[in-house]
Amino acid sequence: MKIEIKNEEVRSEIIQRIEEISGENIYKCYQCGKCSAGCPSADEMDLLPNQVIRNLQIGKVDAVLNSRSIWVCATCYMCWIRCPRGVNLTSLFEACRLMTLRQNLDQVGLKEAIKESEEMDIPQIAIISLLRKLTS
Amino acid sequence: MEVSYFPGCTLKQTARNFEISAISSCKLLGLDLTELSRWNCCGTVYSLSTDDSMHHLAPIRNLIRVQEDGFKEVVTLCSMCYNTLKQANELMKKEPDRLKKMNDFMYREEDYIPDVEVYHLVTYIKERLGYEKVRELVKQPLTGLKVAVYYGCLLLRPDSIKLDDRENPMIMEDLLTALGAEIIDYPFSNECCGSYHTLGQKEIVLNRTNKLITEARRDGADVLVLSCPECDFNLDHRQKDTLEKYPNFQTMPVLYFTQLLNIALGGNLEDCGFELNYIDPLPVLREKGIIK
Amino acid sequence: MNKRIGVFICHCGLNIAGTVDVDALREAVGKIRNVVYVKNYIFLCSQPGQEMVSDAVKEHKLDGFIVANCSPTLHEKTFRTIAIKLGMNPYLVEVANIREQSSWPHSKQPDYATKKALKIIKGTIKKLERNIELYTQRVGLTKRALVIGGGIAGIQAALDIADGGYEVLLLDRKQSIGGHMAQISETFPTLDCPQCIMTPKMTEVAQHPNIKLYTYSEVEEISGFIGNFTVKLRQKARYVDWDKCTGCGECIAKCPSKPLSEFNRNLCKGTAIYRDFEQAVPSYPVINKEACLYFQKGVCRVCEKVCPAAAINYEDKDIIKEEKIGAIIIATGYDLMPIQALGEYGAGKYKDVVDGMQFERLLASTGPYAGNVKRPSDQKVPESVVFIQCAGSRDPETHYPYCSKICCMYTAKQALLYKHNVHHGKAYIFYIDIRSNGKGYEEFVQRVQEEEGVVYIRGKVSKVFKRGDKLVVWGADTLTGQTVEIETDLVVLASAMIPSTGSLNLASKTRLATDKFGWFSEAHPKLRPVESVTGGYFLAGTAQAPRDIPETVAQASGAASKVLALFSNEYIESDPVIAQVDPEICNRCGYCESVCAYGAVKLNPKTRIAEVNEVLCEGCGACAATCPSGAISHRNNSRKQIFDMISVATENYDQITTKFDK
Repeated sequence: MKIEIKNEEVRSEIIQRIEEISGENIYKCYQCGKCSAGCPSADEMDLLPNQVIRNLQIGKVDAVLNSRSIWVCATCYMCWIRCPRGVNLTSLFEACRLMTLRQNLDQVGLKEAIKESEEMDIPQIAIISLLRKLTS
Repeated sequence: MEVSYFPGCTLKQTARNFEISAISSCKLLGLDLTELSRWNCCGTVYSLSTDDSMHHLAPIRNLIRVQEDGFKEVVTLCSMCYNTLKQANELMKKEPDRLKKMNDFMYREEDYIPDVEVYHLVTYIKERLGYEKVRELVKQPLTGLKVAVYYGCLLLRPDSIKLDDRENPMIMEDLLTALGAEIIDYPFSNECCGSYHTLGQKEIVLNRTNKLITEARRDGADVLVLSCPECDFNLDHRQKDTLEKYPNFQTMPVLYFTQLLNIALGGNLEDCGFELNYIDPLPVLREKGIIK
Repeated sequence: MNKRIGVFICHCGLNIAGTVDVDALREAVGKIRNVVYVKNYIFLCSQPGQEMVSDAVKEHKLDGFIVANCSPTLHEKTFRTIAIKLGMNPYLVEVANIREQSSWPHSKQPDYATKKALKIIKGTIKKLERNIELYTQRVGLTKRALVIGGGIAGIQAALDIADGGYEVLLLDRKQSIGGHMAQISETFPTLDCPQCIMTPKMTEVAQHPNIKLYTYSEVEEISGFIGNFTVKLRQKARYVDWDKCTGCGECIAKCPSKPLSEFNRNLCKGTAIYRDFEQAVPSYPVINKEACLYFQKGVCRVCEKVCPAAAINYEDKDIIKEEKIGAIIIATGYDLMPIQALGEYGAGKYKDVVDGMQFERLLASTGPYAGNVKRPSDQKVPESVVFIQCAGSRDPETHYPYCSKICCMYTAKQALLYKHNVHHGKAYIFYIDIRSNGKGYEEFVQRVQEEEGVVYIRGKVSKVFKRGDKLVVWGADTLTGQTVEIETDLVVLASAMIPSTGSLNLASKTRLATDKFGWFSEAHPKLRPVESVTGGYFLAGTAQAPRDIPETVAQASGAASKVLALFSNEYIESDPVIAQVDPEICNRCGYCESVCAYGAVKLNPKTRIAEVNEVLCEGCGACAATCPSGAISHRNNSRKQIFDMISVATENYDQITTKFDK
């Protein structure tokens, strides 16, 4: 499938905002794929971590914000510490999540989370971290 | 030796076995874990955005508590608490402007002066006592017990907080070796357990648990040892669902390192809190002659 | 004091005139005191431009002139040569750099650029007013070269100089010359083996009447300057009398002590009395004291017993030799980074994760398994091999930012040789980009891909771990957008090239400039690539940066030709724009000596007054700036001249009107 690379999408305001929030320069990435190769969550992702950055590099921010990948990431930092260019992907993923969460679009309901946690003795840190990562 | 100690919420609830075994074994090591007179949530996850200071309030407030109690060091056990407290503390050391902003916001608190050091217990034991000393105090060596050590993410990453080499850490292995255990070369010791996805996206965790425990089995481990209530829940308690999903899955006891420490130092079995472990470790410990 | 000064303003096409208002500039310069002639021209460096300058100097009887154009590194020489032809002292010609220092950096502020150009010219006029006539100095030179490092770079350079008729000392810290090239199995893209193409050169070195070999030796100290170095060499104790030794090898065959073989990258054992390899030059062995049973435990002496020539001498000592040298070629080569630093690849932990040079030894017919590729851990023939490129290179965050340049090619070659060796084996190469820009290189890579069936995977590996007796590789195939897992027998890391420890030691002894990684710096990256920043030192091969064999050989010949050009002179002329000491003002503090990067300023041992070695001094000015009593000045950059220029630079220039003023 051919996609069009559009001037207005490349380095768009929203992508610059993502860079700002994460403190990262997405153009540092030279697409070696080491992040994806080591990502423990890669199997569950629809876009691999390097593809997330690639999409941002060519202006396809919607593909990233609508991906499952950014919500599957559990912030394990593996991508960042092994990145030869030192791209902090962990923060980039967080910034992508925040682009949605800051519009009050929670990805999980408090009630459901608590209900599920009552069925089993789920550790408190699991509940809190889930809410911290997936709600605004 | 009195040591300021930050427990965190989970150690008071689902991971009581972690706390009681730690307190008991520390006492045997001559360390008196003194719980902070007042503390709150550690913040659980470290905020990664450049424009968010609000979520650093929780960890910093705890560090102010340490200061108030007159300590320069604080020891934690839970790797989530450790990671969040330490990363926030490192940020305060690095960014004085941010520190000022936070201090201004918490105007009713005393100012935080970022010279408190956050320790994980295992580092504290290594640096302050030394493993030789620990070895001398061992009453019941863990001879014959094959252990795979699991660090997960938050004790090794990012670099600013790592306990040891992030690819081939040995700090826990060396402690367990001092206790007489046999260490298995376990290549997944720094992989991720799936963390909070245990709620909502349980499938992710079950796949991980299957992979991580099966590899430990393949490498010949009797037990998996760790230091995080979140990892513990996923790798121990989630074995129930893992077994349902993967009928060929072979279970394995998962222990906090403090539970083995307590046994090795001759502590009471009750202080291990094994009733809170899902896969019962007692049979394998008995089989190895480590407990009666 | 020069009173009849001419100023020539160059437009440099639009490079200067496109920004600077050259007409306003000419007008303003014309009003400056002592300027008797001003002229603008489109390209002063052109033939007509030069003639115009020459004519004007004669016609207006100028006693000095200024060319306002580009950087003095480019055309200062051009115009000073004109002065010489006219019988004028060349040091009465100065360049005012209004291009690099004004029109280029301020291209968006033409008004400012014009005023700044005027300041630069006016400052240069003030300087020229006080310039004095200077004359070069001549000193003799020793026509004898020292080549440090006996790899292919050093060998080539030594042979070229020796063939040119001059004496060469070739030094290597190892027992034999040959360097890394001797360790390589076959060379890309032609697949010649070093035994075939390098040993003839090594033999030529050994037989050449003009080459004196110093192996198993190191540089102790270098003093002096271009043409006149005194070098102290430490010839390490060999414990074998090479004058008696016949190189029969009986001692090596009988030596009971088996340390790991350095030549074989620790993949197998060697002996305590050893030569680096079978075709070693010289072929006489040395004793590794650390591994020798006699030296360590006081027993054995087997070598002594079996030596038919009675050449073993346990009492041997290091010998310091002093040599007079005119030029030095640095060919100290490279090492590979220690792969233990690549923890995620299990390097240092698993025996079957090896570096590129170890794999060369596994492939080499002279290697531990006689050219049959086997795994180091269990000597099993590997059914598959995974190669990982850019292991530590192009990795600014955790290792080295630069590209090691040779890895793409040697990995392709190694995969090919492995396939030739293990026909049913599978070879996988993880790469980020394939850099094959050399003659026949791209064609070679294509052959490896198309005909040899080597599988290239575009992506990096993140983790290597052991499962049973296999290694599991986790990588990415970025072209299909998938992560991949490969179970393999052997992993080869194309680890980054780093300067050799010999380079680092030498750099600290000579104070020669290096970059932050320790590669020796060239005098100019494009136009003076084989000269060091310090006169008399030349660079060859990977001492300077990662490069392959053809480039190394070409550069070695280049360095040799520079040495031959130097030796074709009967004397050396030194630039007179250097520091000078006023002995009456010098307070003997010695700060100058401590800041001089060239060892050119020294306190006289008797009087303790600073003295400048005029040949050694590069005229950097560090001593003059440091001297607290003002005893040292820089010729034609005296304090007075500098302060004059500063006053001009800080004047208010608003009174000048340019066409850009509103």
